[in-house]
Amino acid sequence: MITHYPVLQVIIPLIGAPLCLLFPVPRLAGLFALLVSSLAFLVSCGLLQQVMVHGTLVYALGGWAAPWGIEYRIDYLNSYLLLLVSSMSTVVLIAAQSSIRRELPQNRQTYFYTAYLLCLTGLLGILATGDAFNVFVFLEISSLSSYTLIALGTDRRALTASYQYLIMGTIGATFIIIGVGLMYMMTGTLNMNDLAERLPEVNHSRTVLSAFGFFIVGVCLKLALFPLHLWLPNAYAFAPSIATAFLAATATKVAVYVLIRYVFTVFGIEYVESVLPLQEIFLVLGLVGIFAASVSAIYQLNIKRLFAYSSVAQIGYMILGLAIGTQLGLAATLLHMFNHALMKGALFLAIGSVVYRINSSQLNHMAGLGRKMPWTMAAIVIGGLSLVGVPLTVGFVSKWYLVLALLEKGWWLVTVLVLISSLLALIYVWRIIEWVYFTPARIHLSEVREAPLSQLVPVWILVIANIYFGLDTSLTVGVSKLAAQSLFGLFGAAP
Amino acid sequence: MWSTEIPAFAPLLIGAVLALFTRGWLRGIVTLGVILASGWHLLQVPEGITVSVSFLGYDLVPYRVDKLSLIFGYVFHIAALIGVIFALHVKDTVQQVAALVYAAAALGAVFAGDLLTLFVCWELLAVSSVFLIWARRTQRSYLAGLRYLIIQVLSGVILLAGLLVHASATGSLAFDYIGLEGSGGWLIFLAFGIKACFPLLHNWLTDAYPEATPTGTVFLSAFTTKVAVYALARSFPGTELLVFIGAAMTCFPIFFAVIENDLRRVLAYSLINQVGFMICGIGIGTALSINGAVSHAFNDIIFKGLLFMSMGAVLHMTGRINGSDLGGLYKSMPKTAALCIVGAASISAFPLFSGFVSKSMVMAAALEEGYDWVWLMLLFASAGVFHHAGIKIPYFAFFSHDSGIRTTEPPANMLTAMTIAAVLCIAIGVYPHWLYQLLPFDTGYNPYDATHVLTQTQLLFFSALAFVWLNLQKLYPPELHSVNLDAEWLYRRLFPRIIGAGFSRIWQIDRDFRGWFLARIHGLLEYLAHLHYPGGRASVTRPTGHMVIWVAVLLAVYLWLLLSFPNADTAIGH
Repeated sequence: MITHYPVLQVIIPLIGAPLCLLFPVPRLAGLFALLVSSLAFLVSCGLLQQVMVHGTLVYALGGWAAPWGIEYRIDYLNSYLLLLVSSMSTVVLIAAQSSIRRELPQNRQTYFYTAYLLCLTGLLGILATGDAFNVFVFLEISSLSSYTLIALGTDRRALTASYQYLIMGTIGATFIIIGVGLMYMMTGTLNMNDLAERLPEVNHSRTVLSAFGFFIVGVCLKLALFPLHLWLPNAYAFAPSIATAFLAATATKVAVYVLIRYVFTVFGIEYVESVLPLQEIFLVLGLVGIFAASVSAIYQLNIKRLFAYSSVAQIGYMILGLAIGTQLGLAATLLHMFNHALMKGALFLAIGSVVYRINSSQLNHMAGLGRKMPWTMAAIVIGGLSLVGVPLTVGFVSKWYLVLALLEKGWWLVTVLVLISSLLALIYVWRIIEWVYFTPARIHLSEVREAPLSQLVPVWILVIANIYFGLDTSLTVGVSKLAAQSLFGLFGAAP
Repeated sequence: MWSTEIPAFAPLLIGAVLALFTRGWLRGIVTLGVILASGWHLLQVPEGITVSVSFLGYDLVPYRVDKLSLIFGYVFHIAALIGVIFALHVKDTVQQVAALVYAAAALGAVFAGDLLTLFVCWELLAVSSVFLIWARRTQRSYLAGLRYLIIQVLSGVILLAGLLVHASATGSLAFDYIGLEGSGGWLIFLAFGIKACFPLLHNWLTDAYPEATPTGTVFLSAFTTKVAVYALARSFPGTELLVFIGAAMTCFPIFFAVIENDLRRVLAYSLINQVGFMICGIGIGTALSINGAVSHAFNDIIFKGLLFMSMGAVLHMTGRINGSDLGGLYKSMPKTAALCIVGAASISAFPLFSGFVSKSMVMAAALEEGYDWVWLMLLFASAGVFHHAGIKIPYFAFFSHDSGIRTTEPPANMLTAMTIAAVLCIAIGVYPHWLYQLLPFDTGYNPYDATHVLTQTQLLFFSALAFVWLNLQKLYPPELHSVNLDAEWLYRRLFPRIIGAGFSRIWQIDRDFRGWFLARIHGLLEYLAHLHYPGGRASVTRPTGHMVIWVAVLLAVYLWLLLSFPNADTAIGH
C-alpha cells in the first residue's frame, strides 16, 4: 500500500471527481469531495514522511520502466508542495459546504465539486509526475476545470473573466507544449531525468534554446508574472469565493513549482544562466510586479480584486527569490510559496464569509462590519498583517529569509525596495481596516451576524497556522532548505 | 506554579485579556490586581535570569534581567499603576485594554535580550499606544494618531532594517552594546532616535500627545520615550554624538514651550527637554552620568506623569486646556493645584524634590568630563525648564487672572493617583538613597552637598525673580517670548533682526524645496488615483488582445535574447 502512495495521491481525486456526479443531493457531493480531499491529504502526509526517511521515491506507472513509461518522482520539493495543496484544498472544502449552498444555484453545486476535484487532481498530478508531457496533461486538467470553477460565479462578468483566462491559459499551455515538443525532437525522451541527462549534448542548438524561450513565457503566463498577470484579477474577483480561495492558495504556487522544476531539474541552473540573463529579467519583472500590483491593490474598491492584485505582488517576491540565484534565495521562494498559501487561503476564506453574510465584496459595503463580524474581521486583520510581514506571522519569516538572501548577495538597493514595498502592503491592508473598523455601519447591516461556525473554523485553522508557522519554523524552513539544497546539489553541478 | 522565569510582560498581557472580558468595577479590580501582582512578582526576580529560545537559526533571548532592565521594570509598574488608578473612572474598553497592552509592550522591550524581541515590542508599543490617541474620538485626534502611527511604524521598519544588516554583519542579534561602527548600527541608532525624539525627529510627540485623552497622555508620557532612552543606554552608551544631541534637545523645546498656549503641549515640549538630559547623560557614558540618565528617567516618569495628570484633571473638569482660557482655578481645585506644584517643583529640581537628586548627576558628569559648553547648555535648560514647566504650568492654570471658571476637585481616583505620584516625588527627593541603590552602578554620589544645593537654589531663585519682575512690568503676556537669566535678554532683540534675517532666507529656500517636493508627491498620487479609479486607464478590463500582445512581446524578447546567444548552432537536429 505504502509503495503505491505516489499514484494514489493523484488517482484518489481523479476517481472521486466523476463519482461526485452520481450523488443526487449536492450536500452529499460536497461531503464526498471533502472526504476525497482528506484522503489525498493523508496520503500526502505519508509521502512527506516517506521522503524524509527514505529520500526520493520513484514510482513507475503501470510497471513500465522509466524512459518508456511514465514515472512519478517524489522528492523534498514536491512532497512539501503536495502536502500544501492537499491540506489547503481540504480546509477550503470544509468552508465550501455552506458557502457554495449560498452562492451557487442548486443545480450547479454538484458540478462545482466535480470541477474542484478535477482541479485538485490536475494540481497534484503536476506536482507528482516526473514526465514532461504528463505535466502538460495535468496542467490542462487543472486549467480546464479552473475555467469551469470561475465561470460558475454568479456575476455575469465571471463568464468574460473565465473566457479571458481560458484564452490566456491556452496560449500558456500551448507554449509549454511547444517547448516540450521541441525538446522531444532533440532528445527523443519525455522523462525529466532523462531530459536532464541528454539535453547538455544539444543544449546550444537553436531548437532547445527556442524550447526554453517558449517554455519560460508559457509558464510565466500561468503563474501571472507581471506583465502577464492581467487575466488574474478579474478571474479571482468574479469566481465563487471558494474557488478563489482554492486557486489563490494553490494554483499559482504550482505554476511556480513548474518553473523551478524545469529551470533547476530539467535545464539546470547553470545552463539557464549561461544562455539568458534570467536573473536580471526576473529581478526587474519581480520588482516592477511588486510595486505595480501593490499600488493597484491600494486603489481597488473590491476586496477580492484588492487581494488578487496583492497575489500578483506576492508572486513578485517569489520570482525575486529565484532571481537571487542562490540556495538561500531559492529557499526563501519555497518558504514564501507555503506561507503565501496560508495567508491568501485565510484571507479569501474570510472574504467568502463576508460575501456569505452581506452578499457583496465591495469595500464600502463592508463599512462597520468590525462590530458585526468580529471574528471574521480579526482573521482578515491577522491575515493582512501576515501579508505585510509583521513578526509572529508567517509573512515575517518569508520576508526575513528573502532579505537575508538579498543581503548575502549584497543587493542593498533591492533590500530597501522590498522593505518599502511592505509599507505599500500596509497601506492596502490599512484601507480595509479603516472601512471595517472606523467607518460607521450602514443601516441595512443591522441583521448581519457573525459567520457560521462551519466557516469560522477553517478560517481560524488557517489564521492559527499563520501564527504557528510564524513561530515554529522547523517544518517549513527545514524542508525549504532541504529542497533548495537538493535542487542545487544534485542538478546545479551538472554542466 | 510560580516561577521567576515568567516574563515581566506576561501578567499585564493576561490582564489585558481579562480586561477585555470584564466590565465596570470588576475590571478596575482585575487590572489593579494584575499590576500589583506583576509588580510584586518583579520584586522577587533576581538579577541574571535569561530565557533563551532558538528561532530562525538565532538564539533569541526574550527575557533577560539585569540591573538596568530591573529599574525600568519597576518604574514602568509604578507608572502603569498610577495611570490605571487615574483612569479608573473611565468606561472605555478600548483605552483600558490598549493601556495594559502598551505597558506590557514597554516591559517586554526593557527585558528583551535580543533585537528581534525588541523589534516586536517596539511595534507593539506603536500599535497599542495609538488607540489612546484615537480614543478621544475626534477627527483631529484620528489624524494626529495616524501621523503618530506612521512615524512609529517607520521607526520600527528602520529598526528591522538595521537589525537585519547588523545580524548579517556580525551574526548576532544580541541587544547589547552596538555602537556606530557599521551601517546597521546607524540604522538602529536612527530608529531609537525617532522614538527618543531627537531634534527634527521630534514632531510626532508634540503633535500627538496633546491630542490623546486626558488619561491616555499619562500613559503615553511614561513609556515610549523612556523605552527609547533605555535602548540607547543599552546599545549606545558613551557615544559622543549623543552628548550634543541631548544638549540640543534640552534647549530647543524651551523656546517652543514658552510661546505655546496648549498647556499639555507645553508639557510635551518639556518632556523632550527632560529626555535631552537623559540622552546627554548616556552620551557622556561614565558610571555617574549613566546613573544620572537612568535615575532621571525614573523620576521623570513620575513627575511628568504627575504634571500630565494635573493638566488631565483640569481638562477633564473644565474641558479646556489653553493657558489663555484658564486661570484662577486654585479657588475651586486647591488640592489639584497643590499636587501640580509638587510636580512642578520636582521637574524644576528643587532641593528635596525628586528632580534634584537625578538631574544634578548628569550635570556633574558633564563638568567632570570637560564638556563645559554642554554644562552651560544644561544649566540654561534647567532654568528654562523651571520657567516653562515649573512656573508657567501652575501659574496659568491655577493662578494668573481669574477666568471665572468654577468647578470642583476631580474624582477621588484622580486625586489618589496624583497623591501617590506626589508622595513618590517628595520621598525620592528626601531619601535619594532608596533610588540610588537600584541604579546600575555604585558611585557613592551625594546630591546634598553645600555647593550643589546653593547653586541650584540660586538658579531657581533668580529664575523666579526674573519671572516675577517681568510679570510686574507687564512684559510677560502668555504669547510673548520667554526670558531666562542667561544672556537671553540680549539676544531677544538681536535674534529676530540679525540671525532672523539670515535664517529667513534659508527658510524660504527650504520651504520652496519642500513645497516643490510635496507638489511632486501630490502629482504622483493624483496620477495614480486617476489611473486606477473608475474610468481610469488601469481600472478598465483589458481586452484579451492586449494581453496577447504582451505575450508576443515577451516571447520575442526571450527568443531574441536566446537566439543571439553566441554558441547557438545553426543546424537543427544532431
